[in-house]
Amino acid sequence: MADASASEAPTQRKNIFQTLEIDTRLLGMVGAFIVVCLVFNLLTDGRFLTPRNVFNLTIQTVSVAIMATGMVFVIVTRHIDLSVGSLLATCSAMMAITQTNILPSIGLDLGNPLIAPIAIIVGLAVGALIGAFNGWLVGYLAIPAFIVTLGGLLVWRNVGWYMTKGQTIGPLDQNYQMLGGIGGTLGETASWILGVLAVLAACFAIWSARKSRISHDFPVKPVWAEFVLMGISAVLILGFIATLNAYEVPTRVLERQFEARGEVLPEGYSEGYGLPFSVLLLVIVAVTMTIVARKTRLGRYIFATGGNPDAAELSGINTRFLTVKIFAIMGILCGLAAVVASARLSFHSNDIGTLDELRVIAAAVIGGTALAGGVGTIYGAILGALIMQSLQSGMAMVGVDAPFQNIVVGAVLVIAVLVDIIYRKRTGAK
Amino acid sequence: MVDRTGTPLVDMRDISISFGGIKAVDHVSVDLFPGEVVGLLGHNGAGKSTLIKCLSGAYQANAGEIYVNGQKAEIANPRDARDYNIETIYQTLALADNLDAASNLFLGRELTTSMGFVNEAAMEAETRKIMGRLNPNFQKFAAPVSALSGGQRQSVAIARAVYFQAKILIMDEPTAALGPQETEMVAQLIEELKRQGLGIFLIDHDVHQVKRLCDRAAVMKNGKLVGVVKVDEVTTDDLLAMIIAGKKPEHLAA
Ligand SMILES: Nc1ncnc2c1ncn2[C@@H]1O[C@H](COP(=O)(O)OP(=O)(O)OP(=O)(O)O)[C@@H](O)[C@H]1O
Ligand SMILES: [Mg+2]
Repeated sequence: MADASASEAPTQRKNIFQTLEIDTRLLGMVGAFIVVCLVFNLLTDGRFLTPRNVFNLTIQTVSVAIMATGMVFVIVTRHIDLSVGSLLATCSAMMAITQTNILPSIGLDLGNPLIAPIAIIVGLAVGALIGAFNGWLVGYLAIPAFIVTLGGLLVWRNVGWYMTKGQTIGPLDQNYQMLGGIGGTLGETASWILGVLAVLAACFAIWSARKSRISHDFPVKPVWAEFVLMGISAVLILGFIATLNAYEVPTRVLERQFEARGEVLPEGYSEGYGLPFSVLLLVIVAVTMTIVARKTRLGRYIFATGGNPDAAELSGINTRFLTVKIFAIMGILCGLAAVVASARLSFHSNDIGTLDELRVIAAAVIGGTALAGGVGTIYGAILGALIMQSLQSGMAMVGVDAPFQNIVVGAVLVIAVLVDIIYRKRTGAK
Repeated sequence: MVDRTGTPLVDMRDISISFGGIKAVDHVSVDLFPGEVVGLLGHNGAGKSTLIKCLSGAYQANAGEIYVNGQKAEIANPRDARDYNIETIYQTLALADNLDAASNLFLGRELTTSMGFVNEAAMEAETRKIMGRLNPNFQKFAAPVSALSGGQRQSVAIARAVYFQAKILIMDEPTAALGPQETEMVAQLIEELKRQGLGIFLIDHDVHQVKRLCDRAAVMKNGKLVGVVKVDEVTTDDLLAMIIAGKKPEHLAA
């Protein structure tokens, strides 16, 4: 800045990331994620970045990532939810009982196609109700969220226990299990089609945002920068799809499938798994939550309330009811996460979701959600969940002892927040 | 001259409010007519902000009644006040620091597209328009308001109150953080709004400013109303005596 040549330039020169308007925080997280992946890949002699492991990593992340998107809203409004893991258990118990007990007793027999959707609706409704109740305690009765959900951590874990009398319930419905990950995937062709559609949607979004800015005479990035962004999204999306497609269904599984149809597996035939339904669900949740955060009044009010609760109230926002809505959304997402988690296990067990509250909060915080409120992104939280899961499974693959894994994860959380604080100070961001 | 023969725009009657034993406002009555600016004066802690917060819906009075256009008004929260076309610039500005100027200006009343999503581009364009009128030097449209100077924040708060075509405007020390040029612009704005027939409550510690901009001045001391005077009938010294000693000038005391 101080040297003469800089002051001669009519406009300050921007570096490439500023021109592309990519948030440096996001870059930092992506960088950290890449480093984690490369290091583990080196330590495991290339086993970490195989299609198989990427596939597993992805499906293991989904449940926590779904809840983390809701935790962003909770933390942005200066609250916390310590009960998400227990809420997940209650929802899971309720859904397990519904499909193995209640529905069969009213005449919907095993394998009936209505079982899975009804069970899922029940689970989401339970999540929404409990979440709304938590929100009511926080918003209308002014009990701190920390206390309400700390109580909830105990209450809902054990309500779940009572409902099932402590028993493991399974196997769950066959269709229901399709949402668990490997039990339900799109297959190669459909995955490619979806990938291409996603790329088109991303390009369209980038382009229409540009057109809208031009129509209001606002400054825009150079055209090449827009194309670079489109290119990056295309490579990421299609690369991800290609990796998941490259994970091939084992021959014996294929043999069984063909046998069931009364055919014989042709010589040299192979098939990739493609995109799991659970990951598709996460993508839908992420897109919806991002739209809510950025494009709806609800999202505005969430961020405004987090930035200054008094100002939000004085601006006519009903902050109490807003709190109910936020916790209800969190509850619904716990229900969804419960679907994915129990479907992946193929049964309901009482310890399902144990310690998930910590993983979810860590994912949101590592993803840049500020505990002071007002700041946070959905994509950050998902990336945070992915980083946490990579660390954990990477260490497991390397053979790190379980207690030491937890020590590392705990330390990473604290260090991530420290780095974030330093970053915010440096950039003057709040 | 303000015509005070019709029904007042706002009539606050016998308002009292206390906080845990402290009578912040003690049986105060003031009214406001269309096209009139009423100044509220008083020492720090006299109860000015508390009084007007009863009108803006931030507080609810323990006793007393508020009439808007002659009708009894129930103002239980800020949303109710907005329904009566009452807009407020709070002393604390009440901005969400993490959002930009446009988001703050439209907070609670976002412009939406036909699909029901917030229309950021339209809101930014409107914000540029009104800021161009109020503070042409203002350029930081993309930055969160935490990155603005005190005066810039103040102009955002003023823009928010003016944009939505209030009929009753409450300004709690609107020029406290402004430079001389910006203060002059606010003064001109007040005169323009007054010509348009708005009623304005103006809280200001500067008695010269009050004498210049206001038609009447209400002086408070320790939560009580010392008196309401027409500014043309008193000197600045009279006003200061009312604020400090709590005495109405003798020639009006009768
Ligand atoms: N929320 C509150 N809780 C308790 N006491 C309060 C509250 N708000 C105001 N008060 C008290 O009420 C009295 C009047 O305060 P108020 O803010 O109305 O003063 P003011 O006339 O606006 O003063 P200033 O010129 O400093 O802005 C003060 O004694 C103050 O301490
Ligand atoms: Mg005050």
